[in-house]
Amino acid sequence: MSEARLMKARAARPAFDVEAVRADFPVLHQQVHGHPLAYLDNAASAQRPTRVIEAMASYYRRDHANVHRGVHTLSQRATDAYEGAREKLRRFVNAGSTKEIIFTRGTTESINLVAQSWARPQLGPGDEVLVSHLEHHANIVPWQIVCGQTGASLKVIPMTHAGELDLAAAGELIGSRTKVLAVGHVSNALGTINPVRELAAMARRAGAVVVVDGAQGVPHMRVDVQALGCDFYAFSGHKMFGPTGIGALWGRRELLEAMPPWQGGGDMILSVSFEKTTYNELPWKFEAGTPIIAGAIGLGAAVDYLESLDLESAHAWEAELLAHATEALSAVAGLQIIGTARDKVAVVSFTLAGVHPHDIGTIVDHAGIAIRTGHHCAMPVMEYYGVPATARASFAFYNTKAEADRLAVALVQAREVFA
Amino acid sequence: MQLADLYRDVIIDHNRNPRNFRRIPPPCRQAEGFNPLCGDKLHVYLRLDDGGRIEDLAFEGSGCAISVASASMMTEALRGRAVADARALFERVHDMLIGRSEADPAEMGKLAALAGVRDFPSRVKCASLCWHTAHAALADGGSVTTE
Repeated sequence: MSEARLMKARAARPAFDVEAVRADFPVLHQQVHGHPLAYLDNAASAQRPTRVIEAMASYYRRDHANVHRGVHTLSQRATDAYEGAREKLRRFVNAGSTKEIIFTRGTTESINLVAQSWARPQLGPGDEVLVSHLEHHANIVPWQIVCGQTGASLKVIPMTHAGELDLAAAGELIGSRTKVLAVGHVSNALGTINPVRELAAMARRAGAVVVVDGAQGVPHMRVDVQALGCDFYAFSGHKMFGPTGIGALWGRRELLEAMPPWQGGGDMILSVSFEKTTYNELPWKFEAGTPIIAGAIGLGAAVDYLESLDLESAHAWEAELLAHATEALSAVAGLQIIGTARDKVAVVSFTLAGVHPHDIGTIVDHAGIAIRTGHHCAMPVMEYYGVPATARASFAFYNTKAEADRLAVALVQAREVFA
Repeated sequence: MQLADLYRDVIIDHNRNPRNFRRIPPPCRQAEGFNPLCGDKLHVYLRLDDGGRIEDLAFEGSGCAISVASASMMTEALRGRAVADARALFERVHDMLIGRSEADPAEMGKLAALAGVRDFPSRVKCASLCWHTAHAALADGGSVTTE
């Protein structure tokens, strides 16, 4: 977060009522090891507001039946709620049509779908798939697999010491061989916001298809898939205060229309005989089998919840949290922040001299503070900095400055344990 | 469950000054251990004498305090033991770490300090990684993972 952006965020918005928002999240109100829980592991999985929990419970209590199947009342209710959730998501990311919103198990499955259904038939020897050094494994491994299957090569946009993508190097790497650019909207390990719009423009000029891993983007900023200029945008429910096991893939309709289904089964067909099967229309062509109906309904409720907030104020509060946490943690002796990009979401990854991240995780847990420690499924990023792991505090709009201060105190205590 | 039960003084000491933290030049038996959860990696080297006793045992690698201290204490505990005896100790340490049996201080010595991990389920693998790796090295090599 640049100073200018932070100042603007502070100046333009009314104060964000964090206590009112915290009241919506029952899980936050508990003691862990005798201390109030400070949940700072939102980049791994965020928590759910009551509204999401109730929407799923209410569906199971009153409306559950299979979707797209029955003429009976419950099946109709379930179908309406499931398809209603798709429309909510469409609006939330500003997609042109619900036909472009495919329900998946999450970001990982969404990316695998694109790799296998779009890329696999398109790629061959001599073609290149371009990812970045900042990617989560979910945006590396599916591409390695499809490169192995097709003979295409995987290329990597380098990163800088601040944890930013090297845009100039990206410009040189993108060329006529580039068939796919797959890049994260926001780095999960470091919090860097990538210049996706610029990258997408460069890649699409070169004729490449642009796939954005939006898992960490959607929870922290308004996403407009059309304005981004990408071709596919993958995201997960559980990072945006919805359930686990549900996510979505947005894709441009003309690309989705041309892609073969990637899993066969019920619900993805119009007619089946042993001689010939006619596939269903979008989006159901890509939704074989009974879907996670309650998950989709819960995700729809998460969108409703987010829309009920003043999102701009919530995001401005996150920017304040990042500035505050960065300052508080920087004051801890021996602490080094890993990832100092100008544009960041509220994620602070760090190492502490003399204390392994895993030990940090256990020690701060005993102060009631939940953080992630490890390689964050981004081992190439860890390798770049020459560390096996980092500790990572990742904030949501329901976190407080006091929680960041408690983390700083617990880290001082962690150093004392090992002094 | 107290933090002090996990980070006992002897563990802090072995983490700060790991014993036998070095490589044994070949020929020797060796194995590599990996904990994908935290990225811990360690290499265990051991050499047997003509009588089948562990003559020298050492380790290298990076890891959290629990994994480094466990490996350091292990190198001291296994040195001089016959292979069968070492395997038997491996079983008893394993049972102690997962809470299947109480640590007998007379038999376990310093290793009893590792018993604290039983109350920290996410940390049991940190303490057991080096033991699995030594076990693999005794069986003459390979790599092990805690997953």
